[in-house]
Amino acid sequence: MNYTVRKFDAVIVGAGGAGLRAAIQLSEAGYKTAVLTKVFPTRSHTVAAQGGVAASLGNSEEDHWHWHMYDTVKGSDWLGDQDAIEFMCRKANEVVVELEHYGMPFDRLDNGKIYQRPFGGHMSNFGEKPVRRSCAAADRTGHAMLHAMYQRNVKVNTQFFVEWQALDLVRDAEGDVMGVTAMDMETGEIVVFHAKATIFATGGAGRIYYSSTNAFINTGDGVGMAARAGIPLEDMEFWQFHPTGVAGAGVLITEGVRGEGGILRNSDGERFMERYAPNAKDLASRDVVSRAMTTEINEGRGCGPNKDFVLLDITHLPPETIMKRLPGIHEIGIQFAGVDCLKEPLPVVPTCHYQMGGIPTNYLGQVVVPRGGNQSEPVLGFYAAGECACASVHGANRLGTNSLLDLLVFGKSAGETAVNDLKNNVKAHKPLAQDAIDRTLARVDRLNNQKDGADVHETRLAMQRTMQKHAGVFRFKDMLAEGVTRINEIAGQVAQTQIKDKSKVFNTARIEALELDNLIEVAKATIVSANARTESRGAHVRDDAVDSPETPDGRNDKVWLKHTLWYREGNRLDYKPVQMKPMSVDTIELKKRAY
Amino acid sequence: MTEDRRARINRLKWHCRRALLELDLVFDRFWERYEETLDAQGEAALESLLELEDHDLWALVSGREITGDPRMAAMIERLREISPIANFE
Repeated sequence: MNYTVRKFDAVIVGAGGAGLRAAIQLSEAGYKTAVLTKVFPTRSHTVAAQGGVAASLGNSEEDHWHWHMYDTVKGSDWLGDQDAIEFMCRKANEVVVELEHYGMPFDRLDNGKIYQRPFGGHMSNFGEKPVRRSCAAADRTGHAMLHAMYQRNVKVNTQFFVEWQALDLVRDAEGDVMGVTAMDMETGEIVVFHAKATIFATGGAGRIYYSSTNAFINTGDGVGMAARAGIPLEDMEFWQFHPTGVAGAGVLITEGVRGEGGILRNSDGERFMERYAPNAKDLASRDVVSRAMTTEINEGRGCGPNKDFVLLDITHLPPETIMKRLPGIHEIGIQFAGVDCLKEPLPVVPTCHYQMGGIPTNYLGQVVVPRGGNQSEPVLGFYAAGECACASVHGANRLGTNSLLDLLVFGKSAGETAVNDLKNNVKAHKPLAQDAIDRTLARVDRLNNQKDGADVHETRLAMQRTMQKHAGVFRFKDMLAEGVTRINEIAGQVAQTQIKDKSKVFNTARIEALELDNLIEVAKATIVSANARTESRGAHVRDDAVDSPETPDGRNDKVWLKHTLWYREGNRLDYKPVQMKPMSVDTIELKKRAY
Repeated sequence: MTEDRRARINRLKWHCRRALLELDLVFDRFWERYEETLDAQGEAALESLLELEDHDLWALVSGREITGDPRMAAMIERLREISPIANFE
């Protein structure tokens, strides 16, 4: 199989928020930067982010980055690294103001400052009461953000390769990274992008689950590529289930609905969150709300003929507030639930939404692996940011509006670190590792020539159903163990997928097969990591984790206050300590997480 | 299907991969029904629609906004008549 080589200073895979933000940094510094993306940049899944971006600007009421940091550590159920969390919360105002200068049309207060609204888990004065911290552009925050950053990139001459599928990381025997292999969807041509800096910003892999709020493009390509190149994956057992996916369809109802006054009710019409989170109520952290909803359903207080959803009620809000502040919600109700939310409550269930784990990085955006006695040794030439990365700021559970903040702060940070490395440390391209390129060519060749193999659609569906059933909101010991066996079997089928369409131009069957190669790595990492972690923490909730004074809500800090690392080779696990020491302030000490 | 048509349809199908799950669900269903029968006029109408931003496209498909272009309007009708609710068991 033929391929060509193209040289750049930096190659970025993914043109959502994190990739675009990283690219600005590199192109502005004058480095020749390529951005590869499966879809046009402004069609990346960042578009779907509606709620806003968290920053303690304090425009409507007093706020402080230290309070934001406290909320994020608490939200993470203490699994987040406190140095990275402090870094992110302190940088928030800077990146939001920068974005404003790029032309982001934030909603404004009458005095001209950025309008801020409350959001689940964000509190003032170390957990006292909800605070208005989320900066938004109506319900198109992510979309407006991508446009502002895409325009900026065009201005600074970032070179976009649109509709290119990245195939594999090029990593040599010393563990250094020197680019990626990729396929031009339009021609089927394979190109090696030879670079001094490679940044992954490929987003999450929410499509490993059957019921997901994620668009179909979210197939964890960067995470799969990293795993195949021998990089361990961190904390993959932690997946956030968004409390309010439309029952049946998965389509997301933004948390902003509860921010504006929406209330969750069970079949008795009761506002049940008052029992689970007396202070924050419906605005408690996502996992707390998802768990409460699941408990209501499990205990028979669900709604509908099968009692399998609860209701999100906004009928008490003035219609003009709904139409002005939450304009998309009315249509979603009608299209996907057959409900007019101005008159009737919406049926909702917790739905897979966000991947907290990913490619391990530090707060500089460098990919880090255990090596030579150091738990977090940077991989030379390799950086990651956004949902595909694990910095780790979200730990066991992410707060709403911290994802857009994550991609801005760590996208910028990864770009900045790459710029520094290019300036000071990496003067020349390291020779390409031929064996890594050959492995990729062999993988594509295998797919093109497979006979009597497995059907891609059926195999993907089998994986998604297995993950949904065996590693969903509530996890059970026996189900997890069975799930590991089942996913390993399915992985065997993925290695033998077959495509009937052998054409070169936009061969969607081939693309989907290549995406499945990535999804299955994420699924394996998730279920193997979840099976091993015998406690409950944040979004990972196990039925067999005992609630005791030493292990409140099943969280066992003595044994499990550590990050999981899953290695593809041998399907094996390792662990590393959580960074409890922030950069400048005191450690936020462990305590039971209650809202 | 001729090689030419296969290439055109494949390109259109890829352009139906959107940023929003709402649209993915609508288009998934659309292709199940129309892959074999979509004519040249339909292809052209779909292609114009796919140039739109996702939120704008969703505003049309969800009926929140209306297009003045009759060709596009006919395609939107076809997308709207497929109930997304029917995508799930």
